[in-house]
Amino acid sequence: MQGSISDKTQINIETATHDSHHEHPDFRIFGLIVFLVAEGMIFLGLFIAYMAFRAMAPEWPPAGTPKLDLLLPGVNTVVLIASSLVIHQADAAIKKNDVKGLQLWFGITALMGIVFLGGQLYEYSHLEFGLRTNLFASTFYVLTGFHGLHVTVGVLLILSVLWRSLKSEHYGTNNHFGVEAAEIYWHFVDVIWIILFILLYLI
Amino acid sequence: MTAELSIPTQGPAEDDIVHNPRRWQDYFTFSTDHKVIGIQYFVTGFIFYIIGGLLAEGIRTELATPDPDLVDPATYNSMFTMHGTIMIFLWIVPAGTGAFANYLLPLMIGARDMAFPKLNAVAFWIIPPTGLLLMASFFLGPAQAGWTSYPPLSLLTGKVGEGIWIMSLLLLGTSSILGGINFFTTILKMRIPSMSMMQMPLFCWAMLATSLLMLIATPVLTGALILLSFDLIAGTAFFNPAGGGEPVVYQHMFWFYSHPAVYIMVLPFFGVISEVIPVHCRKPIFGYGAIAYSSMVISFLGLIVWAHHMFTSGTPPWLRMFFMITTMVIAVPTGIKIFGWLATMWGGKINLNTPMLFAMGFISTFVIGGITGVMLAAVPFDIHVHDTYFVVAHLHYVLFGGSVFGIYTGIYHWFPKVTGRHINDTWGKIHFALTYIGFNVTFLPMHILGLQGMPRRVAMYAPEFQGLNQVCTYGSYVLAISTVPFLVNAIWCAYKGDKAGSNPWNALTLEWQTTSPPQIENFEVLPVLTTGPYDYGDTAEVEEPAKVFTTSG
Ligand code: HEM
Ligand SMILES: [Cu+2]
Repeated sequence: MQGSISDKTQINIETATHDSHHEHPDFRIFGLIVFLVAEGMIFLGLFIAYMAFRAMAPEWPPAGTPKLDLLLPGVNTVVLIASSLVIHQADAAIKKNDVKGLQLWFGITALMGIVFLGGQLYEYSHLEFGLRTNLFASTFYVLTGFHGLHVTVGVLLILSVLWRSLKSEHYGTNNHFGVEAAEIYWHFVDVIWIILFILLYLI
Repeated sequence: MTAELSIPTQGPAEDDIVHNPRRWQDYFTFSTDHKVIGIQYFVTGFIFYIIGGLLAEGIRTELATPDPDLVDPATYNSMFTMHGTIMIFLWIVPAGTGAFANYLLPLMIGARDMAFPKLNAVAFWIIPPTGLLLMASFFLGPAQAGWTSYPPLSLLTGKVGEGIWIMSLLLLGTSSILGGINFFTTILKMRIPSMSMMQMPLFCWAMLATSLLMLIATPVLTGALILLSFDLIAGTAFFNPAGGGEPVVYQHMFWFYSHPAVYIMVLPFFGVISEVIPVHCRKPIFGYGAIAYSSMVISFLGLIVWAHHMFTSGTPPWLRMFFMITTMVIAVPTGIKIFGWLATMWGGKINLNTPMLFAMGFISTFVIGGITGVMLAAVPFDIHVHDTYFVVAHLHYVLFGGSVFGIYTGIYHWFPKVTGRHINDTWGKIHFALTYIGFNVTFLPMHILGLQGMPRRVAMYAPEFQGLNQVCTYGSYVLAISTVPFLVNAIWCAYKGDKAGSNPWNALTLEWQTTSPPQIENFEVLPVLTTGPYDYGDTAEVEEPAKVFTTSG
């Protein structure tokens, strides 16, 4: 920072004792998890709202709502869950300082994420109800859309880690905050999807 | 591992430190220094306080007569909507969690900054543009549905203003969540090694509880506002009964945030009071553990009482019973704190200076607000006074008599630390007297008006209420004027006041063990605890020996 402290040696003591963010990436992971708890609360609020709408409605989904097809979202779910396993391989790779491995597994995860998003868009375009058809339709689009937004952010995160990994030495055994952060975020998106899938499609 | 390198500091000698004076320009930059950010929050908040206050004077002037003669009813609606929104989201929340917590937390725990300084600056810089956005809606037809923005009303009264209102609240909520992440991480992870949780100043405990609420409750408001914005803009009907929606779901989501929000607005000041009273009474705090844990209990209970705002919204009787009981139970941890403060004052060498007067003002008015709160928690009573001036009286006793008095308490107490100069005590006392009198004259009669059945949020009222309304209106003018001596005193003394030195109150918490104003990075050498935060007076008076601090290696 801009401070100049008179005594040089004291600066050394200070850097030795002071918890600086660069020496403690674990704060950032901690912060990320706290952030995801908050983010999860948005979803929890929306899930409970959905359940409340459902509980208050005389019939759910309201009469005349076309049935949802399970095949495509089912495949999508499998893709997303599998991608969580894939991204974990990247984490294992970078811990062994294997940047090539990191790039491979992150690349595959990003592709799977894109497949998921494509599948969702395909599903949207073939559904027989629109955003305003009825309460079920509205909640369906807003919930899946909000989740899709998170998947998009996740894919972008993964791609940005990939981009940075091209710079040699950017990530390594002892320096993989970005990798870990993207992975944690991706797992989060995955867990949210599983709950969503159960809520919207299965029960 | 690190502690033996540093020396126990008892306030460094002034001239040892190379001062790096702050330049005024720093306050207009994306500074990551928590002290700069704290002041940025406060000044921004205070500007909005003045705007919100002017709106309040407009409201009161309109209410001086039973007819809508100053402004038309629609304008009146937007005035109280903007007043409430500004006061809550742009003044009290930023002042409590933004200004005080940012400035004090790192100093109190011996850290050099917050855990995520850049995030901190981002959280602050969301606020001024958002405030301006909200102000802009004045010229585009502002929202009219109150700070609670209940649908379907909020969907019917002006799309543009309501859209801006939703947008602003989404942004302010985001700022609040980012702040919460920082406070939570800082308190848990950034303490000097020699400070355990039970050795933290009580303000830190209060902020820990507050940050949990910010993290858990605020996102649910975000969810509600997302759905509301779809109803408003995309024509969905989540909350619109005309399209099969359920407005009550919005109320649940809104209050799941907004009841905790009232604790977000008051817990930081519980913390401030817990700091101020021991210093100015020269006595150890009574019941450190009880006060610390009661913050956490309040935070937990605060999450399960929200439907006491909805007793008249068709809430089924068994649910009303549940919320009535949980709400009343909250008075217990709150009462524990009050007793702790009173017992601390009991037999202490009370120094009746301005911070202490404001602290006592806080306790006296907050108790009244707490009592009316418990009255409102009783379903049979609430059904009669819901949406009357009784509620207005209650909320101002806790938000003005509580939060705003708490802000002033803190300002007078830490003014010498922040500016390095004393603030004039006589003018401070004048400020206190005017505020205290103005406040009570304005809001006490509202209890009676409410009991007599005067509804809130309407520009017109029955002529028999006029007498008391005029009392309120005159009181509000006193209240407005009371701000003037404060502003003049504070600005004057910040530049011309007597030098204060690093520890003018002889206080024991760490923020006083460095220079005033604290140097950049806070401490020359990270301090080591040699004493507890409240070990004033005779050490034999210390409540529990376990709390005597030790210098751990
Ligand atoms: C012992 C503690 C408290 C209890 C039992 C309590 C209870 C209540 C109840 C039952 C209501 C609903 C009244 C109605 O709308 O019919 C209410 C309203 C309100 N309370 Fe409290 N309260 C307490 C403390 C606080 C505190 C500490 C604050 C803020 C710092 C606060 C701020 C408010 C506000 C702003 C409203 C009105 C909301 C609105 O409708 O605009 N309360 N309180
Ligand atoms: Cu409440």
